[in-house]
Amino acid sequence: MKPKNLLKILLAFLFVFASSQSFAKTIKWSMQGDSLTLDPHAQNEGPTTQVSRQIYEALVTRGLDMSIGPQLATKWKAVDPNTWYFYLREDVKFSNGQKMTSEDVVFSILRAKQPTSDFKEYISTISGVKAIDDYTVQIKTSKPNPILLNQLSNIFIMSKQWSNENFAVVPQNWDAGQETFSATNAMGTGPFKITLREPNTKTVFKKNGKWWGDVEHNITEIQLLPIKNAATRVAALLSGEIDIVTDAPVQDLARITASAGHKVESTPQMRTIFLGMDQAADKLRSGNTGDNPFKKKEVRQALYQAIDIEAIKKKVMRGLSEPAGIITFPGVTGYTKALDKRLPYDVDAAKKLLADAGYPNGFDVELRCPNDRYVNDEAICTAVVGMLGKIGVNVNLFAQTKSKHFKELKDDQGDFYMLGWGVPTLDSHYVFHYLYESGASWNKVNFSDADVDAAIRVMEGEVDLDKRNAAIAKAWKIVRDNIAYLPLHHQVISWASKTNVNVPIRPNNEPLFRFSSVN
Amino acid sequence: MDSKNLTLFNRIKDSDIYFSFIKSPTAIVSTVILIIIFFCSFFVELVTPYNPFDPSSLSLMDAFTPPSWTEDGLAKFILGTDGQGRDMLATILYGSRISLIVGFSAVIFALVLGVSLGLTAGYFGGKYEMIIMRFTDVQLTVPSILMALLVDGIARGIISRELHDEMAIYVLIFAIGISEWPQFARVSRAATLVEKNKDYVSASTIIGVSNLIIMFKHILPNIMRPVLVIGTIGLALAIIAEATLSFLGVGVPPTTPSLGTLIRLGNDFLFSGEWWITFFPAIFLVILAFSINLLGDWMRDTLNPKLN
Repeated sequence: MKPKNLLKILLAFLFVFASSQSFAKTIKWSMQGDSLTLDPHAQNEGPTTQVSRQIYEALVTRGLDMSIGPQLATKWKAVDPNTWYFYLREDVKFSNGQKMTSEDVVFSILRAKQPTSDFKEYISTISGVKAIDDYTVQIKTSKPNPILLNQLSNIFIMSKQWSNENFAVVPQNWDAGQETFSATNAMGTGPFKITLREPNTKTVFKKNGKWWGDVEHNITEIQLLPIKNAATRVAALLSGEIDIVTDAPVQDLARITASAGHKVESTPQMRTIFLGMDQAADKLRSGNTGDNPFKKKEVRQALYQAIDIEAIKKKVMRGLSEPAGIITFPGVTGYTKALDKRLPYDVDAAKKLLADAGYPNGFDVELRCPNDRYVNDEAICTAVVGMLGKIGVNVNLFAQTKSKHFKELKDDQGDFYMLGWGVPTLDSHYVFHYLYESGASWNKVNFSDADVDAAIRVMEGEVDLDKRNAAIAKAWKIVRDNIAYLPLHHQVISWASKTNVNVPIRPNNEPLFRFSSVN
Repeated sequence: MDSKNLTLFNRIKDSDIYFSFIKSPTAIVSTVILIIIFFCSFFVELVTPYNPFDPSSLSLMDAFTPPSWTEDGLAKFILGTDGQGRDMLATILYGSRISLIVGFSAVIFALVLGVSLGLTAGYFGGKYEMIIMRFTDVQLTVPSILMALLVDGIARGIISRELHDEMAIYVLIFAIGISEWPQFARVSRAATLVEKNKDYVSASTIIGVSNLIIMFKHILPNIMRPVLVIGTIGLALAIIAEATLSFLGVGVPPTTPSLGTLIRLGNDFLFSGEWWITFFPAIFLVILAFSINLLGDWMRDTLNPKLN
């Protein structure tokens, strides 16, 4: 045999070997709940965005280090404080082969401003958007907006033509239980595309061969398999059925770490867990006193001081939580350690406050909780029930799956409820705009304060950072002194995976599979 | 009074059943275990100072205390505590009370329904019998857990959520009872078919006794033996069915847990080394069901010699 032929044969073997090696790199991903909808503008919720982020892209995006960088736009400039120009990449195609142009961007931003969109609060300052040419978009804001880029990083770009063809021109009305094509199908410019969608059971993502970016991952397929029960999820991970769990139960971390083929990574999450108390209703829906005790600040403070957050941290969260005094966390503009300090845990003081407010024998109320959204959500609520029982507040726990929980909250059915809040824009404005502003979509405690509303306007339009920070600090002080909500803790998240699976952990709990690998 | 009691005692003492009972160690052991369990469950307030159903009496800092004989255990929590700081022993006993109440009520419900349908079917015969018996055949092809899940699902749809927690126990009793009655109907019909051709039934018919009295006064006592055997084994099945449904999360609510609910709650901590939270309720359920089954086996051997 000639050496030349031998080389060919060797090369052929090498090729077969190499291609079979790279053939099927599948990541099986699990968490306790599923994405609520594939419509990228219908629900502003963690796992929903986590799924959308793999398929859809935004003008700008946060990288692994959480800093804002270009994505569909390569550069941008503000010609005056209210007019921005975004220059788009010219080589971007949707996964069906269509070219992405400025028409799609204009369409998507206007779509996210529709009444049924859950992202309209993000871009409420955008007053106009138009296509200058195929790859230039002009965005006008109603006032100077210092956090426009942060906000745009969560507005996903859809195809105008695809949306027109599939009756998806307006976002799915999730709150009303509407079913649309865009809720079960997705077509974006991202590194992956969805090939199978069975809600709450299985979602299959395949590598998008038409993606414009440099492929840094080696994954051909991702399967999202939600498993609600914590022990079952861990068992699936340990038995090798699942490759990565992005909400590993805190009680099982030691067991997973001890397993030779598995690893655990933890990081403080950008999410605060808190309880909300409806302060506007004249009468609690689930109460027994005929009025609304939560209207009185003393009652809210009594509940606050009756909660032994250190016990919850030690026993329920196994040390993996950080007690919170406000609903935001280090790293967000406006956060300070002083604000984050809790009122002391004091059962006697709580009892006295309750008696002073006119409820010496407590009252009945129902606490609504999700049971598949936050780390140990139902267990935290159960602990709260016991603690409030000690001051005479008879709490009836109602825990249910997150899709029903959120839907019924939005439907104004909650007197007393648990919610968690992340801050994707890393700016306090986001928290105020959704949770504290009068009539805001997630302000289900119906808190209303003219000074806070005024401060929110300043946060939106003030480019002088000192003045803006002063407004933020003032607003935090008002809501904290009012005990508008009852903060519990900042979550710590833990991802557990096989040792050969590398998905970089991020503090917003959002995996970016385009930076992942399977060895 | 004294002499009457004595004769009753003597009658029991002289009976075959008593003889067979004292000759059977398994029957004695299982009876003793069951008496202890029943006593502790129904008089649990005397046995333990804790009330796990009162959330305000619990302290979260007591949570996850291991059993008292282990290194970190505390003497006041013999079997340790669960994730909410509830004493395991007290919780298990309160839980077994709920399990037993559900089990007994479900069996009595199934027995009354099954025996009255089976007895009348066997006695009257004809189309009525055919309809009843085909009905049992159809229902026997549906697994009883599935049947119970179906009933629970329908009940959840009808009953409002506020009422559901209070109604859960009745729904559970109905669901388990309705899934077990065909057994009773078949056995009592078969026994009735044998009895109704006997001379005492013919004699009653001739002297004009009404059908109702013949069935329930004359035939019923004679078919009770096999029915009681089925009933005892049915009790164990009902308790397990209750545990299964509660384990699946469709049974009694977690605030007033039954054994099945406790096993489900403890299941989350299996990997983290807090084995006692699920182990003790599970082993308790096994002992309870096993003892009832052993007693049922002994009853079958004694009361129904034909089966041997």
